[in-house]
Amino acid sequence: MENDRQARDSEQNTNCSRRLFMAGTAVAASMPFVSGSSAATAMHKMPKGIDEPEAVTLNINKKDYRLAVDARTTLLDAIRDHAGMTGTKKGCDHGQCGACTVHIEGRRILSCMTLAVMAEGQKVTTIEGLAGPAGALHPVQQAFIDNDAFQCGYCTPGQIMSAVACIAEGHAASDDDIREYMSGNLCRCAAYPNIVAAVKQAKTEMERT
Amino acid sequence: MQPFSFRRANDPIDAVDAVAVQGASSQFIAGGTNMLDYMKLNVLRPDRLVDINALAQGVHGRIEVNDNGLRLGALVRMAEAQDHRAIKRDFPVIAESLMLAASQQIRNMASLGGNILQKTRCEYFREISWPCNKRNPGAGCAAFEGMNREHAILGGGPACIATYHGDFAQALIALDATVETLGRRGRRKLPFAELHRLPGETPNIETTLDPDELITFIDVPAGPHTRRSRYLKIRDRQSYQFALASVAVALNLDGDTVRDARLALGGVATVPWRAREAEESLRGKALDEETAQKAADIAFADAKPRTHNAFKIPLGKATVVRALLEAKDMRV
Repeated sequence: MENDRQARDSEQNTNCSRRLFMAGTAVAASMPFVSGSSAATAMHKMPKGIDEPEAVTLNINKKDYRLAVDARTTLLDAIRDHAGMTGTKKGCDHGQCGACTVHIEGRRILSCMTLAVMAEGQKVTTIEGLAGPAGALHPVQQAFIDNDAFQCGYCTPGQIMSAVACIAEGHAASDDDIREYMSGNLCRCAAYPNIVAAVKQAKTEMERT
Repeated sequence: MQPFSFRRANDPIDAVDAVAVQGASSQFIAGGTNMLDYMKLNVLRPDRLVDINALAQGVHGRIEVNDNGLRLGALVRMAEAQDHRAIKRDFPVIAESLMLAASQQIRNMASLGGNILQKTRCEYFREISWPCNKRNPGAGCAAFEGMNREHAILGGGPACIATYHGDFAQALIALDATVETLGRRGRRKLPFAELHRLPGETPNIETTLDPDELITFIDVPAGPHTRRSRYLKIRDRQSYQFALASVAVALNLDGDTVRDARLALGGVATVPWRAREAEESLRGKALDEETAQKAADIAFADAKPRTHNAFKIPLGKATVVRALLEAKDMRV
């Protein structure tokens, strides 16, 4: 009985979420883009009901996005569905696969386990922000191509974001080190040996430049 | 996920006041790696979240090491502590317990305070269609007769055998850490060993903290045993997996003779688990395979296996023996 009721509640929540999501998107679309506008700050200070959208400014790949989102919106959904960048992938949505890996202030994190409102004011980098201004691939992107480090490609944006940070952290000193510190990124095609090879190539490349 | 209101706290008092609002089921949120997972599963249904990440900018985000020991702000991230040079040198069991947990992404997010309060991974707790006394008191326990391969063999009660899966907590209980908290009733310090409650008849009440009480610091006293310490974790896959059996060990040796031994067991108990009688059996003895094996037998003497988890007894014992002998061989 209790479970039935919870299931119904859950269903209602989902419907509610969908409505809010549509409303949130509409508000975001109608709001002129103003970086650092006081409108967002004012909205936070007002006593707010549980079903009102949160105003949040996300800095993704050096660009500000002013969004109105349901408080439940993850950073992952905000990046994909609100800011419109679909390079970051949703795999398990429970922090178990690493497909949603992005950087916050240069540190790799899981965007599915982060609320968009918690990323306010921090610099987010996604796979779209890695390449150079003229489109030159990041050494890790090039190394994944050179080493055939993917098959279906779904986990690849997360693998690459994780690898960039892994090298920067100094956690790519040996094959074992790479396997240990890349273990949060699962690849169901099992391209692991080639991923290790790609990380090694990129590390050498990045140390040279 | 159930709707909730969201608020940022600027300091601990602000955070406690915001969580203590009457009639609201509020939760602090830091890294969110455990909280959001369980909110998405509808296991946790807070109607208010208070974001405490701003506290990391001040003393609660700092690591201090001095002659007395280690003081960890509760908002320090796992990855920061695992890579801290003095922690690796002076408290290796702490660095290893952190580094062998979760993935680097999660360790970059998860706070130390949140880590020690992590919820069990019991599948019957995670999936709301199953009866679970921890999630829904009085509903019964599906694990007793269910798939209980990963469940606890120590510290279980008549209502629950869910494993406490944390690693860091085993290092803390082994090293006699204390926890500092702030709540509406004020500031207090309590031994880490008194933080978690055995499930007993009320597995839904997991800690001795008030609902509005926030962990602010963790203190670990230094001692002659802290450098000769390590964390050994045995699991189904080599990385990014919870322990089937793990051991936090710290030794103070005089040659081969044990002056003081600390042993804590992970992956096998319902709460962070100190094996005090096993420690006692080693005191004054030469540490070798025989005395280590005897300590391991004592550590698991009260184990109560279910259908699928009896293998944890020999696995746990072998882990204790190996951890003790490896700690003995450490060069400090």
